[in-house]
Amino acid sequence: MLTFTCPYCGVAAEESELTGGGEAHLKRFGPGSSDAEFEAYLFTRKNPKGVHFERWRHAYGCGKWFLAARDTNTLEVFGSYPAQTTEPPADLIAAIKNKRPGWEGWK
Amino acid sequence: MSEAMSALKGETHTGFATVAEAGLTGMVTIRADLADPALAAALAPLGLTVPALRQVTAAGGRSLGWMSPDELLLVCGYDEAPGLAATLATALAESHALVVNVSDMRARFTVSGAKAREVMMKLCPLDFATLPVMEMRRTRAAQVAVALWRSGADEISLVCFRSVATYVMGLLEVSSRRGGEIF
Amino acid sequence: MSTRLAKGGRLLDRSKPLNFTFNGTPLRGFLGDTLASALLGSGKTLLGRSFKYHRPRGLVASGVEEPNVLVNLGRNARLEPDQRATTTELFEGAEAASQNHWPSLEFDIGEINDKISKLFPAGFYYKTFMAPKWAWKHLFEPVIRQAAGLGAAPKEADPDRYEQTYAFCDVLVAGGGVAGLAAALAEAKAGKRVMVMEQTAFWGGRAPVDGGTIDGLAPDEWVRNAIEALEKMENVQLFTRTMVSGLYNHGYVIGYQRVADHTPGDGRPRHRLWRIRAGLVITATGALERPLAFAGNDVPGVMLASAVRDYLVNWAVSPGDRVVIVTNNDDAYRTALAVLDAGLSVPVVIDARDSVTGALPMAVKARGVRVLEGRGVAKVLGRKAVTGVEICAQAGEGGVIETVACDCVAMSGGWSPVVHLFSHVGGKLIWDEAGAMFRPDATRPPIKADGTALARAVGAANGALTLDALCAEAGLAAQVEPEAPLAPVWVMPAGAKEALKFKAFLDYQNDVKVSDVQLAAREGYTSVEHTKRYTTLGMASDQGKLSNINGLAILSDALGQAIPQTGTTTFRPPYTPISFGAVAAEAKGEIFQPLRRTPMHGWHEAKGAHWEPVGLWRRPYCYPRSGESHRDAVNREITNTRTNVGLLDASTLGKIVVKGPDAGRFLDMLYTGMMSTLPVGKCRYGIMCNENGFLMDDGVVVRLSEDSWLCHTTSGGAEHIHAWMEDWLQCEWWDWKVYTANLTEQYAQVAVVGPKARAVLEKLGGMDVSKEALPFMSLAEGTLGGFPARVFRISFSGELSYEIAVPANMGLAFWEALNAAGAEFGAMPYGTEALHVMRAEKGFIMIGDETDGTVIPQDLNLGWAISKKKDDYLGKRAQARVEMARPDRWRLVGLETIDGTVLPDGVYAVAEGHNANGQRNTQGRVTSTYWSPTLKKGIAMGLVVNGPERMGEVLDFPGDGGGVHKVKIVDPCFYDKEGEKANV
Ligand SMILES: [Zn+2]
Repeated sequence: MLTFTCPYCGVAAEESELTGGGEAHLKRFGPGSSDAEFEAYLFTRKNPKGVHFERWRHAYGCGKWFLAARDTNTLEVFGSYPAQTTEPPADLIAAIKNKRPGWEGWK
Repeated sequence: MSEAMSALKGETHTGFATVAEAGLTGMVTIRADLADPALAAALAPLGLTVPALRQVTAAGGRSLGWMSPDELLLVCGYDEAPGLAATLATALAESHALVVNVSDMRARFTVSGAKAREVMMKLCPLDFATLPVMEMRRTRAAQVAVALWRSGADEISLVCFRSVATYVMGLLEVSSRRGGEIF
Repeated sequence: MSTRLAKGGRLLDRSKPLNFTFNGTPLRGFLGDTLASALLGSGKTLLGRSFKYHRPRGLVASGVEEPNVLVNLGRNARLEPDQRATTTELFEGAEAASQNHWPSLEFDIGEINDKISKLFPAGFYYKTFMAPKWAWKHLFEPVIRQAAGLGAAPKEADPDRYEQTYAFCDVLVAGGGVAGLAAALAEAKAGKRVMVMEQTAFWGGRAPVDGGTIDGLAPDEWVRNAIEALEKMENVQLFTRTMVSGLYNHGYVIGYQRVADHTPGDGRPRHRLWRIRAGLVITATGALERPLAFAGNDVPGVMLASAVRDYLVNWAVSPGDRVVIVTNNDDAYRTALAVLDAGLSVPVVIDARDSVTGALPMAVKARGVRVLEGRGVAKVLGRKAVTGVEICAQAGEGGVIETVACDCVAMSGGWSPVVHLFSHVGGKLIWDEAGAMFRPDATRPPIKADGTALARAVGAANGALTLDALCAEAGLAAQVEPEAPLAPVWVMPAGAKEALKFKAFLDYQNDVKVSDVQLAAREGYTSVEHTKRYTTLGMASDQGKLSNINGLAILSDALGQAIPQTGTTTFRPPYTPISFGAVAAEAKGEIFQPLRRTPMHGWHEAKGAHWEPVGLWRRPYCYPRSGESHRDAVNREITNTRTNVGLLDASTLGKIVVKGPDAGRFLDMLYTGMMSTLPVGKCRYGIMCNENGFLMDDGVVVRLSEDSWLCHTTSGGAEHIHAWMEDWLQCEWWDWKVYTANLTEQYAQVAVVGPKARAVLEKLGGMDVSKEALPFMSLAEGTLGGFPARVFRISFSGELSYEIAVPANMGLAFWEALNAAGAEFGAMPYGTEALHVMRAEKGFIMIGDETDGTVIPQDLNLGWAISKKKDDYLGKRAQARVEMARPDRWRLVGLETIDGTVLPDGVYAVAEGHNANGQRNTQGRVTSTYWSPTLKKGIAMGLVVNGPERMGEVLDFPGDGGGVHKVKIVDPCFYDKEGEKANV
């Protein structure tokens, strides 16, 4: 059972206190978008064996959504950060690159 | 207000610790920018300060707990809660804030005794051995959400939603039965 | 014949005799005995029958690895099958019975399977029960089920209680032997929070039996000192009878504490499951001795060498008078010495190694024991008990050199570190050629969330099998006899003939033999995981603790490859079985799951309400009176509501406040309709869609003030919709100034419904509820009958209707006041079924009935609730997809049977032709169907291909039993289409 540190509460919460929300940093496409854009927004998801940016909600705690970078293979968690951003923090990206030199980046 | 009844009307059980529903309790949810000076100003007449991360402040028989980065919970007398909510809402009228009396939607419990934390250890994925007094934690007790804080050296206060008060009392009663001491 | 010795027994308290029974025979043991030692001490060696061949079996081991002696323990409600005798502490009054035989342990009909065992090779089930197809269900499966399974399940509810506990520590030490205690001391002295869990009732592990000195002290004394020191430290918690059952991700560990197994019924929880978060797990789980694979190695009396000396030293039990030792290593000679020390005899030591020169063998020789080099056991003589062994050359194929009489064989094939915990979440192993064992690879441990090591193995679990090796690792000084290297022996003799391999058991519990593994290899099974499943090697409740390494070594040999190339099967938790009770813990009976109760729950219960589960809520379905069926009660409640007045507990409806300068804009995105233009004090029906465009929830939205709205959701939807709102506010539009609060439980809500509803409220008094003051779809706040109230003029039934919210703590009093005030107007409570029928009579949709996650609002003719003025709302883009505008979408209509009967729920309308599966094509289905007491006929709603354009058409709905319902498509609103009744 995983643990993540909630960036709002500052406590390590176990998975049973959290709700998973799938891939992070999706860009919403609404009316006027092309079929391809809309399909990508609704259905196309990354499924990496390795570094993955994902959404978690501290559902039994503060109720806030946060984002986390996690290795889907080793389950190592590189860090978590508030959801009010369109891209991962630079220091987190640097930390991941340091640990996973071959990583191709988050986009 | 004489016809108001708390969820469990003060039901109490004594095992190796005492578990009790605390009866009618006033509660007011405040959602606001916690750094907003207007919030501090609104609370000042009550003698209360805005709690820091996860803290619970107290004054004049009332307490104020940190629930999330933009939410506080004021615990007060049941009868005074509607008035306090209205006063605070007025004081925060110029700010973006939501103040609402939630006294009826929750049940409050106390778990007391030297082994009080052994009751809660069975229900919540929390490290009670290192939890400071007057630190608020929102967590899970078995299958439902709770907020709790050590309200004294040998006392834990806990709130849950009103509809599951019977369930939570069941959890507390079973977990505090004699013979179930952990250490 | 086994017996209790007059002296000794380091774990026994002979001043406390205990009575117990085995198969009804009264027997005696002592405090400190296990059931196994007490049985053996009582002369019982035939203790069970094997699973497949029903071969007579006795004890092989003395601990958790015991495969054979599983007993039914206790009786009636406390009956528990498959309890391992070696880990069951004896208690006064224990009742044990052997398993898997009929009619008796001594004479078992099932033994016929052994005589024809050649007919039951590996993969027997897969090969045999293939055809004919019908036979599996009707012949084979029933017969196999009858024969399968060990033990008997109890038929009564378990009277014991169980619990779980969370715990946190820096270091968890699994295992309380010398290595574990030494590690615990070191970590505790470094200031770490340490938990130590030992699965048995005693500290010290093997060292006190095996001998030597630690820091100049006898092991028992060193252990006593270590425990005393640890007990004094505040940062240490010590647990016996607690097995670390499994390691999981991110340092999650399960410990299984058998609190009161040895003191049944004393009021304590029987088991406690520890849910631990550990910073580091030190696996000090020791090692398990391997059996040797020779013919007849399962005859009662053939035991592990370490078990023989455990029984002698710990419990003063002699497994036999004449103990033959068969080994490939020096350690087994300790057993020879223990046998001699007990005054018993060792006729011969059979050593598979060509040259035996170690200190321990020399010590045995010095006591006059014959030691044979390069020899093996060809065959064990005896069936229900050992009578002797036939000795052969280990290098040969089993030609008998001599026969030696004996009543016990102590065997040792070397030791395997217990690597289970280290491996559970991905720790890697390496093959140690010298020790012929897999041991943990410290460079590839399991990891935690931060990527650092979760586990570290110490002592025998790390491959440090001797006292001096493990003490050196722990920084302690040890003195112990040095051991010469072992010689790996996987089959005995090396070239054993087929006939011998047919009786050389690897997995005792599942009756898997050397011949089975070799057959699997010949039949093409090259993966160890596949071989395991094909042969069932290691799949029994002991999970192959004795058999896995021998089995995969034999497989490797058959495949002509090295052992590490074959690899191990996956180690999975739990290490040994744990009870279902501990897993369920408190979640049983009244607190099996959280039932949500409204403030009026007790009132409904007292009135005999029949309940309907709605999510975790319980809502009254109806209130049957004496002599009434549920159907009668529902009809009465509907008729009364439509003619007089009905009261509904609507407290479960979701109530979410949305407030802020951007709240209107936010709600315009959330709902398909326009909420920002709703005047203060007015109500508007709203529907919400997900981004796929599908309907997800509906309810009435009320504007409370200039910047706040109250959103009603469905009863089941409150939490989900609140989370949905927060998701969009936090993750997409975080710069919008909006706060939400889920106030669902703050209010008790009552619907007062029917022509006399206004009269009831006027009787309560305090608020003007007239048509003029409070018109349809509006809100008034005030004090009603002395209760602070919000009154909404909304209707889900088509009648004049008010929904009134009061503080939940006053809900019951308000409900009682309404019932009292309504009495003179014929007020009656009604339940959810009456609610459903009345809404169906009006053609109102219900989320979950008319919707199923694939229905868009347009399918339900709800286009009127979709704003055409808005550029965007959640779901709008999806609803613009071509698929959503297809002319043949299934759309909402009313349905009426030609004969007025009630359509079955969920039936489909058939169309011409057949689909690719040969099934009739369909063109519609029923989504809601009821008897309408108002219209005195069956009414239904359904989704039909292009339905609204086909009014009056008659469709065929095949029902059960070949009948066909003829059904006419009609308008879904069956009652008061003009809405005159609600608007009075
Ligand atoms: Zn949080």
